[in-house]
Amino acid sequence: MIALVDGNSFYVSCERVFDPRLEGRAVGVLSNNDGCVVARSHELKALGVAMGAPLHLLPPAVRRQAVLLSSNYALYGDMSRRVNQVLAEFSPDVEPYSIDESFVGFAGVADGELEPRCRELRDTVGRWTGIPVGVGLAPTRTLAKLANRLAKGEPAFEGVCRLDAEGEATRRVLEACPVDDLWGVARRSAERLALMGIETAWQLRQADPCWVRSRFSVVMERMVWELRGRPAIALDDMSEPRRRLLVSRSFGRLTGEYAELAAAMRQHCARAGEKLRRQDSLAQAVQVFVRTNPFLAGEPQYRNAAVVALPSPSADSRELLAAASRALAAIYLEGYRYQKCGVMLLDLVDAERRQASLLETPEDDARRARSQRLMATLDRLNREMGRDTVRFGLPRRDNAWRLRCERRTPRYTTRWDELMRVKTGR
Amino acid sequence: MMSPLTTTARVIGRAVPLPGEAAQPLMGCRVRAGFPSPADDHLEGEINLHEHVVKRPAATYFVRAEGDSMLGDGIHDGDLLVVDRSLEPLPGRVVVIALEGEPTIKRLARRGGEVWLVASNPRFAPIPLAGRECHVWGVVTHVLHALPGGER
Repeated sequence: MIALVDGNSFYVSCERVFDPRLEGRAVGVLSNNDGCVVARSHELKALGVAMGAPLHLLPPAVRRQAVLLSSNYALYGDMSRRVNQVLAEFSPDVEPYSIDESFVGFAGVADGELEPRCRELRDTVGRWTGIPVGVGLAPTRTLAKLANRLAKGEPAFEGVCRLDAEGEATRRVLEACPVDDLWGVARRSAERLALMGIETAWQLRQADPCWVRSRFSVVMERMVWELRGRPAIALDDMSEPRRRLLVSRSFGRLTGEYAELAAAMRQHCARAGEKLRRQDSLAQAVQVFVRTNPFLAGEPQYRNAAVVALPSPSADSRELLAAASRALAAIYLEGYRYQKCGVMLLDLVDAERRQASLLETPEDDARRARSQRLMATLDRLNREMGRDTVRFGLPRRDNAWRLRCERRTPRYTTRWDELMRVKTGR
Repeated sequence: MMSPLTTTARVIGRAVPLPGEAAQPLMGCRVRAGFPSPADDHLEGEINLHEHVVKRPAATYFVRAEGDSMLGDGIHDGDLLVVDRSLEPLPGRVVVIALEGEPTIKRLARRGGEVWLVASNPRFAPIPLAGRECHVWGVVTHVLHALPGGER
């Protein structure tokens, strides 16, 4: 069985840990340069504020009531790292899938112990980090994702929901789930499925896998197996490309060399950048993670991740690479043999809907146009003349970073001069 | 007068490694092949203060104290506190606690079946917890107080 552990309104929860007065209030986190809303508390959702809503279009009444904060990626990255550290106390098999989601494998755990273990895990994460999480437990990642949604949506589950491969409960859940709600099923595929009479996850599960493969793709066939409870999708093949992009690979052999990790990271960045531009998105921040092989007994173990915010939403490989290099330099430790390194682009926004920052000048426009032309040429060369025809070297580490972050809370956990302050007297 | 044929030896002190080398004793050990060095007995790694005060890194946070109501517990204005969120808030422990949404630092005490928040400065009266909205944030395990010369 595998569990998907997901932080509730993660960015807002991080802010609330260090400022308890935000509890119960409508809280929103803004994108880099304070353009639009990238995270909402449920109170803010209830006020009708949509994901991605531009700040300057929010009604005055909402702006008066709500607390709107600049994004504090240093804090979110550190809290994400802490959550994964707690998860590692419960299983050696922890795979971060995003800044606020991780898969935890429970192979070999007795069936009756699974749910109590997940409840203890949820309580421990809540106590040690202050972050409330939902846990979805199931035989496959696809079902775990569904179970997780139930765990967070239905109060009766108290944050932990188990979905078995068989059973009446599973059938009811799958019957109530439209196919385009499934992870990795695009709207266009869903429309084609509907034409063939497949509208719910249950109907897809009942379909003949061979027929599905011949009519759609091997990816859709894997979905059928996953819905039936047979694991068929690897972590690296799952993505929600409108929200985030993950590129990660295990090394062929373990390596302790910084240069090798950096080379892998550079390649992941290039790949992620290409994907990002192909779908006309911009990223706001870059997360890099590394880990050793947790199943090698006697081997020193280490896992870590860091998040670096981009100066403004960007699809420029050079900027992605500069941010990723800073993140890798911050977490790399000598003396470990690494098995895996990954790059994740976070909080994607549509390039079309990019909010111009008040600080931008005509020079910025010109720079952006140049960057777009350069990236388009790069992508064309690599498409026509073969992958990696044109590559980037590693950037210098002393790049200057300037972010507009007037409403940013202190970086409570990563800066000595910004620690949480608590009054002793009252 | 000393005879020129006699050689005398004088103890001038024990040989100690330079401070720069002391920072990486394990490296020095690894490259020395062959004979075991008598100094190897002392190669136990550095004493690490962080490890000493941070038992559970994922659950440990540093916060800055403000005010003088906890002077009796050695907490001065501006001191650095180590707070462990994984520890139980038992009576007698000093906690960071959000009282009606406002974080404060106090000692938990049980008196006559009720739980109180107690300051360690007589100018501050104990606060009964009964009937108040409160939420323990973490247990303070250590105070780091800088003396003159140690401030940064």
